[in-house]
Amino acid sequence: MKAVVTIRPRPSVLDPQGQAVAGALRHLGFDEVESARQGKIIELVLQDADPDAARARLDRMCRELLANTVIEDYQITLEP
Amino acid sequence: MKAAVIVFPGSNCDRDALEALRRHGARKTVTVWHGDTSLPGQDLVVLPGGFSYGDYLRAGAIAARSPIMAAVREHARRGGLVAGICNGFQVLCEAGLLPGALMRNAHMRFVCKTSVLRVENARTAFTRGYAQGAEIAIPIAHHDGNYFADEQTLERLEGEGRVVFRYRDNPNGSARAIAGIVNAQGNVLGMMPHPERAVNALAGACDGVAFFESLAEACS
Repeated sequence: MKAVVTIRPRPSVLDPQGQAVAGALRHLGFDEVESARQGKIIELVLQDADPDAARARLDRMCRELLANTVIEDYQITLEP
Repeated sequence: MKAAVIVFPGSNCDRDALEALRRHGARKTVTVWHGDTSLPGQDLVVLPGGFSYGDYLRAGAIAARSPIMAAVREHARRGGLVAGICNGFQVLCEAGLLPGALMRNAHMRFVCKTSVLRVENARTAFTRGYAQGAEIAIPIAHHDGNYFADEQTLERLEGEGRVVFRYRDNPNGSARAIAGIVNAQGNVLGMMPHPERAVNALAGACDGVAFFESLAEACS
């Protein structure tokens, strides 16, 4: 099975990369851009397992390494 | 003082740290590879600057989970001194040995220059050789030095005198211009500036000497 972990800067955290991206888009004429937040996506291929168990393990992976919860939020999506 | 410098793949200030320690008070110095699982008996562990694991995932994130860190954690728990400089500060935050996180500089640029720091707490093992409130010139060289912590944590750090160094001209957007902090017990310090690069007049600055002499005195 495949899991996709999406990691984003927390709303309360300044995201200079996202701000720079939004600025560059506006510079290109995309005036409708109000803001941008930049994060990362990590795709994991896992041995097949019970989805609830897999999700619990993924939650631990996020807390122990993939995300820094001081500054980042994460979201886990499982794909069969 | 017996000092160990941990070497991660991508560390690049380990030799500068060794040299500064040898010149300014260490009786014995050793380097310890990140893949080792034990530390030889020593007073001080230094996590040096550099770009461990190429800053993959987040600066310091992977180094913070390397095999040697369990021994560093145990050393800290027993009250042993730990100094994390630049990447070492990032590693200590990622390892949970210090609160907060170091994010990309607010203006998105790598900064490499001399910064002026105020010694906010000269009562620590790392700063007892400085005068309280002294302004010292120490080089900085980093892309991810923007210190972040929630308001509650910042208030606690300020209230407990745990902000040890503060930038005079905040070069990276750090919360409250914080350049260096200690843990609640006062034996683990992290700082973005490089005192090991300020120990030789020929190389331009000497204000880092008192940092290493403070540690030697604290261990004597």
